[in-house]
Amino acid sequence: MQSIYLMIVLAPLIACIIAGLFGKKIGRLGAHSITILGVGLSCLLSFYVLYRLTFEDMAPFNGTVYTWLLSDGVQLNVGFLIDRLSALMMTVVSFVSLMVHIYTIGYMADDDGYQRFFSYISLFTFSMLMLVMANNFLQLFFGWEAVGVVSYLLIGFWYQRPSAIFASLKAFLVNRVGDFGFVLGIAAVLRYTGSLDYASVFAHANEIAAAQIHITDTMSWSAITFTCICLFIGAMGKSAQVPLHIWLPDSMEGPTPISALIHAATMVTAGIFMVARMSPLFELSETALSFVLIIGATTAFFMGLIGIVANDIKRVIAYSTLSQLGYMTVALGASAYGAGIFHLMTHAFFKALLFLAAGSVIIAMHHEQDMRKMGGLKKYMPVTYWTCLVGCLALIGFPGTSGFFSKDSLIDAVGASHRLGAGYAYFCVVTGVFITALYTFRMFIMTFLGKERMDHHTQEHLHESPWVVTLPLVLLAIPSALIGWITVKPMLFGKFFEGAIYVAPVNNVLEHLAEEFHGPGAFVLTAFTAWPVWLAGLGVLTAYVFFLWRPELADAAQARLKWLYTVLSQKYGFDWFMEHVIVAGARRIGSGLWRFGDQAVIDEGLVNGSARTVGWLGSVMRYAQSGYLYHYAFAMILGLAGFLMWLIWR
Amino acid sequence: MISLTDVLALSGILFAIAVAGVFLNRKNIIVLLMCIELMLLAVNFNFVAFSRFRGDLAGQIFVFFILTVAAAEAAIGLAILVVLFRERSSIEVEDLDTLQG
Repeated sequence: MQSIYLMIVLAPLIACIIAGLFGKKIGRLGAHSITILGVGLSCLLSFYVLYRLTFEDMAPFNGTVYTWLLSDGVQLNVGFLIDRLSALMMTVVSFVSLMVHIYTIGYMADDDGYQRFFSYISLFTFSMLMLVMANNFLQLFFGWEAVGVVSYLLIGFWYQRPSAIFASLKAFLVNRVGDFGFVLGIAAVLRYTGSLDYASVFAHANEIAAAQIHITDTMSWSAITFTCICLFIGAMGKSAQVPLHIWLPDSMEGPTPISALIHAATMVTAGIFMVARMSPLFELSETALSFVLIIGATTAFFMGLIGIVANDIKRVIAYSTLSQLGYMTVALGASAYGAGIFHLMTHAFFKALLFLAAGSVIIAMHHEQDMRKMGGLKKYMPVTYWTCLVGCLALIGFPGTSGFFSKDSLIDAVGASHRLGAGYAYFCVVTGVFITALYTFRMFIMTFLGKERMDHHTQEHLHESPWVVTLPLVLLAIPSALIGWITVKPMLFGKFFEGAIYVAPVNNVLEHLAEEFHGPGAFVLTAFTAWPVWLAGLGVLTAYVFFLWRPELADAAQARLKWLYTVLSQKYGFDWFMEHVIVAGARRIGSGLWRFGDQAVIDEGLVNGSARTVGWLGSVMRYAQSGYLYHYAFAMILGLAGFLMWLIWR
Repeated sequence: MISLTDVLALSGILFAIAVAGVFLNRKNIIVLLMCIELMLLAVNFNFVAFSRFRGDLAGQIFVFFILTVAAAEAAIGLAILVVLFRERSSIEVEDLDTLQG
């Protein structure tokens, strides 16, 4: 089995190297064939591994492949931990990646950077697989940073555009802030357990829980809370939680397949995965989990609101991604890790689907992304229309779709939690359902229904996208619609994650819910007695009234609620604050340090100053140099006499 | 009978004369060289005197070495002097202040 695991990771890497270094030689056909072959191979093998783990009860694999270095008793390995959690992630990552690879053939057909693009996404797949398959913190961090680098490269893929350069830099820098916390968290883990290996860290988790960090003699802080919050700050950067979310909407500057793969389905969920993986640590700190809960709830609610006012089709979906990531984080904070991962999986399918559908629309619209210039696309692009509808229904949690199972059970789990902040979180996620439905169907209606608002030229050329684009849409629509039926029971209420995710018995909200669970069919039926489904319906209805039936109402509402509209369209001023306070402040500190520290102290003081001191000393000393021989002789005699006296009278 | 003290006094006087010569002479660089030779001779006197009164021949052998070195030194010094004179057509100490800072 070990060679299979290695092959899963290495196949995309090899494909990436071939497509990247020999792209010119093998041409477009060669580049996409080799990378699709590599990712397809990992996808197949991942499915095989998942199958073996799930249905044949294969024991989880935890082993070292290569010892990188051994320093002061700390062993740094490259190793794999393959249990059901990582196998599920591997399957989702490689499957969505495969779909995106196929889709890219159509989407990037006219682009000059075709081979480069394929090389990057294969590299991304490799990095992400390294991240999820890691069995130690260092390898996790390697994957973490590698996906960050690829994300940077791909956001700035069209490097001639200044906005893309700006967005890629922003994403990279904001992620550095998160990584700062993450590295501190890893360092704390190493400090308290002396190991970076998951298994031994989790075995020593109680030692971290017992330790205290002494800030002053009387003030101290629980080490486990500190560690967990630091690790979660890393997750906040990668998974775009408030206030480190600002990079994700801007990352839409990248090509759409990337938005689907990296900024919706896989990379941004790395933070969720990481927290779930660290559940044995997080379970020990009530404070850290409350922190997670509140941050997640804030993201879920407030970012969803922005989606209502955005006009760029990709940005609407980006804000929706932020909001859904918030949902997953809330689930983690409520100790319902299984629900978080479940939502991660369903979200990966339907959000990738929505992005790819948006990409399909964008191709048809000749790279126009403003929804105000779309409308009525239904009759031109039926496949995109229907698949997008499936994605939207899954996103709002329409009963029976995969999103329904994950979101509804997630909300129930939050409702059952008694943690500090759970009430606030429950309010956020429940109202979030209404908001989700509203912005999703606003986007759907503005794009596919209603009047055709595009110009004449575009309208003439509207047609359905080629099969390489629509095939992934269909293949993603199937799990988006149906996967909930077969997975909800084992993943949420069964023992699927047993051994991979640890939940303290006191916190186990899912077990509590399991008592009321009588199969997926009954789950669908009971949902109609609860709030969320009706709220979602209300959201769809509102969207229908405001954007299709009586569009003038939307303008009236916008005029009446001008302050709210301004706040939302300014994104609560986060960008303004970051740019004008944090960035400008950092630049001012930097330039101050440069002027004072570098120019004044080091350049003027130390470097030029020492030279000047020597010069001054020399100019004084030169008066002693008369050049007359007898003066020198006199000095020598005086010196000699002095030495003699010292010898005699010392 | 000449005692050790007498000889040492003579050598001290010779050395003092040589030092005075270095300081007082402002005119001729040859005199300067001679003064240096005189210092060496004063030191040699010490060697010979100690050797004689302690009955140890090593001191007198040492004097031979010093005399040899002094001869070589004088030869080099005079050679430099000749070159210096050709260069500046003067050997006055007052004129030789190119080392001035």
